[in-house]
Amino acid sequence: MKISEIVKLLDAKIVCGEEFADREIERAFASDLMSDVLTTPFDNGILITGLANPQSVRTADMMDVSVILLARKKRATEEMISLAKENDAVIIECPLSVFHISGILFEHGLKPVY
Amino acid sequence: MKFEYHVEGGDFLNAGNASGNIKKVLKKLNVDPGVLKRVVVALYEAEVNIVAHAYRGNITADISPQKIEIVLDDEGPGIPDIGLAMQQGYSTASTKVREMGFGAGMGLPNIKANTDDMKIESVVGKGTKLTLSFNLA
Repeated sequence: MKISEIVKLLDAKIVCGEEFADREIERAFASDLMSDVLTTPFDNGILITGLANPQSVRTADMMDVSVILLARKKRATEEMISLAKENDAVIIECPLSVFHISGILFEHGLKPVY
Repeated sequence: MKFEYHVEGGDFLNAGNASGNIKKVLKKLNVDPGVLKRVVVALYEAEVNIVAHAYRGNITADISPQKIEIVLDDEGPGIPDIGLAMQQGYSTASTKVREMGFGAGMGLPNIKANTDDMKIESVVGKGTKLTLSFNLA
């Protein structure tokens, strides 16, 4: 699924990395606990989280996850955006809950990591 | 090839800078992607540990064709019971650390799982030295 399709389905907004909107995403993982993300290898994926601080962008980078989807109306900070730009990562903001986002994306074919 | 970084305790804004830099270096050196992933995960967890628990620390990465050895040497409270600290779920992390998405007692076990060899030396009231080794050949 293209990032642009994800954004459309969720009525969300890309706040950083608009130029990568055509990237294909296969899997998603949802967590606010970065320790859990660091034990879950998934390439070509998207991290759905309510954690709006630089550590979510850092953690995603360490795992080669290039899309961070912020749930629950969380806003990306300037530090997050600047770090994401350095890493060619995409940050998406969405007002929906993690459960709601996950339901929509799962229904439309995005795969879980496990 | 040797790289050195300084890490300040409590500086969550920059937590991961050293790991991000070393990741870029290893990518340029065409290190096997599987090994690279293990190095950056273990190193990032260990760097966050310095920020979360110590006053300050130094990271030295020594890269040779045979292996990567990373030493994280911190000045801090030290670990009174290493066996307990290695247990999954055991944590002494502050609320601040938990707000950053860490502190669930998963760091040290995950570091160990990602390294070929991990050595911890700790002196209470002085600090902790973590040596992580990864085989390349």
